[in-house]
Amino acid sequence: MAATTGLESLVDQMISVITNDGRNIVGVLKGFDQATNIILDESHERVFSTKEGVQQLVLGLYIIRGDNIGVIGELDEELDASLDFSKLRAHPLKPVVH
Amino acid sequence: MLFFSYFKDLVGQEVTVELKNDLAIRGTLHSVDQYLNIKLENTRVVDQDKYPHMLSVRNCFIRGSVVRYVQLPPDGVDVDLLHDAARREARGG
Repeated sequence: MAATTGLESLVDQMISVITNDGRNIVGVLKGFDQATNIILDESHERVFSTKEGVQQLVLGLYIIRGDNIGVIGELDEELDASLDFSKLRAHPLKPVVH
Repeated sequence: MLFFSYFKDLVGQEVTVELKNDLAIRGTLHSVDQYLNIKLENTRVVDQDKYPHMLSVRNCFIRGSVVRYVQLPPDGVDVDLLHDAARREARGG
């Protein structure tokens, strides 16, 4: 297979992780393994709510266990900078139900 | 292994992946692996107004364990071929 499914192409890039409990954590991918355990540097959580804009909570260096990961998105930093998070309102994502 | 091979044949096609948190993501299938982890390119969330959480994500990796459904293009399934492969797999071949 020509294309790799691993996360090596995302290392040192800004990524957005959606966890199984519905949280959204953004940070720089520093490492990963075959179980999708990941190391995130300079991470922060984005808390969505319907009452106010998106809150950003600083988390710092984080390791997330693979079991608890749903989606890992490559963040387009230009696109991300153009978003006005103070006006963005949404329900938090639902937790994953297996 | 059957579905791994099957998804490998679908690489390059447009699919919609529905997750176990009700989020549905549409994009071009870039790759799959043995766990059925999926990588999509040019992604967009199907209901972007309800789920603006991935507005600045264009490429993503979806862990196989959170996938509920993969919606395929109508011409993406060669039913006869899949039948034969499934029979072969069931025989242990």
